[in-house]
Amino acid sequence: MAATVKVMRRPAAGTTSYLRSAIKGMGLTFKHMINPDKATHQYPEEPVELSPRWRGTHVMEVHADGRPKCVACGLCPTVCPANCIRLVGGEDDQGNRYPIVYEIDEFRCIFCGMCQEVCPVEAIHVGQHFENAEYTRERFVYDLDRLMEQDHESTLLWDPSDPRSE
Amino acid sequence: MQELSPTAFLISSSIKVFLVFSVSLLVVAYMTLLERRVSGFIQDRLGPNRVGPFGLLQPIADGIKNFLKEETMPATANRPFFILAPMLSIFLAVVLIGVVPFAAPLPTPWGVVDMVVADIPVGILFILAFSSLGVYGTVLAGWASNNKYAFLGALRSSSQMVSYEVALGLSLIPVFILAGNVTLTEIVWQQQMLGFWYLFPLSLAFLLFVISGFAETNRLPFDMPEAESELVTGYHTEYSSMKFSMFMIGEYAHILVVSALMATLFLGGWSVPFWSGDHMFWYEGMLISGFTAAGEPVAAEPAIWKTLLTLAAFALKTGFFILVFVWVRWTLPRFRYDQVMHLGWKVMLPTSLAYVMLVAATVLVLDQMAVEGFLFGAVLTAVSAVATGIFVFALDRDRIMSGASRSRSGEVREVRTPVAQSGLRPRLAGAEMGGESDYTSK
Repeated sequence: MAATVKVMRRPAAGTTSYLRSAIKGMGLTFKHMINPDKATHQYPEEPVELSPRWRGTHVMEVHADGRPKCVACGLCPTVCPANCIRLVGGEDDQGNRYPIVYEIDEFRCIFCGMCQEVCPVEAIHVGQHFENAEYTRERFVYDLDRLMEQDHESTLLWDPSDPRSE
Repeated sequence: MQELSPTAFLISSSIKVFLVFSVSLLVVAYMTLLERRVSGFIQDRLGPNRVGPFGLLQPIADGIKNFLKEETMPATANRPFFILAPMLSIFLAVVLIGVVPFAAPLPTPWGVVDMVVADIPVGILFILAFSSLGVYGTVLAGWASNNKYAFLGALRSSSQMVSYEVALGLSLIPVFILAGNVTLTEIVWQQQMLGFWYLFPLSLAFLLFVISGFAETNRLPFDMPEAESELVTGYHTEYSSMKFSMFMIGEYAHILVVSALMATLFLGGWSVPFWSGDHMFWYEGMLISGFTAAGEPVAAEPAIWKTLLTLAAFALKTGFFILVFVWVRWTLPRFRYDQVMHLGWKVMLPTSLAYVMLVAATVLVLDQMAVEGFLFGAVLTAVSAVATGIFVFALDRDRIMSGASRSRSGEVREVRTPVAQSGLRPRLAGAEMGGESDYTSK
């Protein structure tokens, strides 16, 4: 398709009025001045409503007895495009695999949500949360305990069979 | 009620200087907040509201910030003038506030104190003289900075301020004709006596004064010297820290003065409308409230509550104009430079000259016919309304300025221009316009 050019026609002399336009403009700005419906969001006082599909700080789901749901299958560090997940898996007496080390560097993470998509036991999630400022870089590496402590809502994944979440 | 003794006059004047100076600087500081809040509201934002309740401590935070910022001095700047320019700018703006009467005289145990710092006989001429000097601050700043943008801003401001100075002065002559004096206290008194604010009998003078007042204060739509988008804020490009802040204070103080002048000259100053209790004037060493039918002066009764009430009236009128200044700034776009000059010399100057003659002739005729009081004001109001109508009509017919892109019927009219007819094909070198070209056929 060829690009289209919109021609802005200049009005001929004698067809315009500066005065009327100015007064009209003053009316418009006055209307906006007294309009109580402002666009400003008073952020820290009014919490932001995030979309259910917002991908933010990670959450590790926990069993009822307090163990992480993670089975250390190694899929999330494999799929992670930013290579921000470090996983060292272990095995207990019954042969159940569990993570000995599970760290996510939230600074390197690009919040694509592929770890959540790939997880076979729905253990690791990205969450509806973004307020994770810290004073040092080291604090951005979340270890397993910290991931398990996160109490915000986890992200609702996009369902291809229901693309509009209806 | 007696006049003050010399000692009491000295003491009261010192107190007034201190109070008026500090209060006006405080008002100027809060005008910056008003400007930012109102601009926010106009743009459907909230503006600064974080520092203190409703952002009321914002000007103080700004002041502290300006003191703490780094002071830069361009290596090539002309040092003495570079330092002198912001001083001139702030001084010449603030000193003007001294001659504006802001309330009815205040009775004290030592006599009646005039609520004006200096009730000098030359009044408005002093204001015109000092606001003309104000251009020196701008020009020196632009010249001493040794910066091309600053220099262009200074050039623009000098030509603009000199041009509009003429129209400003001429628009005030009808006021002088009507009041018979240039003292601001007497102009207020004459408006009280006439029973009309000069806004009505001199409506065209008011309109011209407002327009040239905008140009004098370098506010949009006349902010040629600053023009941040073309001249990187013009004459004060090279200034930082408190020197920059002084230019800002000077600019806002100028707005305050012009607003106060509009209120004093055309809106009856501190007098409360439809009330004769505040009519007060020094007449032959006596504070009078008017004359009897036989021409005998009637003594006035000043009171503290009257002073406070008139101060409130003055603040209200001035505040209204300050708000209009801010409101206009966030509505109208900047004029082109040639449009500013065109408006100044070809529209404002002839109009104000013609209006001076019209008012002079009308007053002369009315004086000859011994018309006085209400009828005098009413006739002058009618004559001025006709003159204003003609002026506005001429403006509206687009003889004077071309405006925005809508025709009078409200629709965009089809205009046949060569570009529109050719269908806007890119004009390539050697390519023929219109018809089958080499490019499309191959």
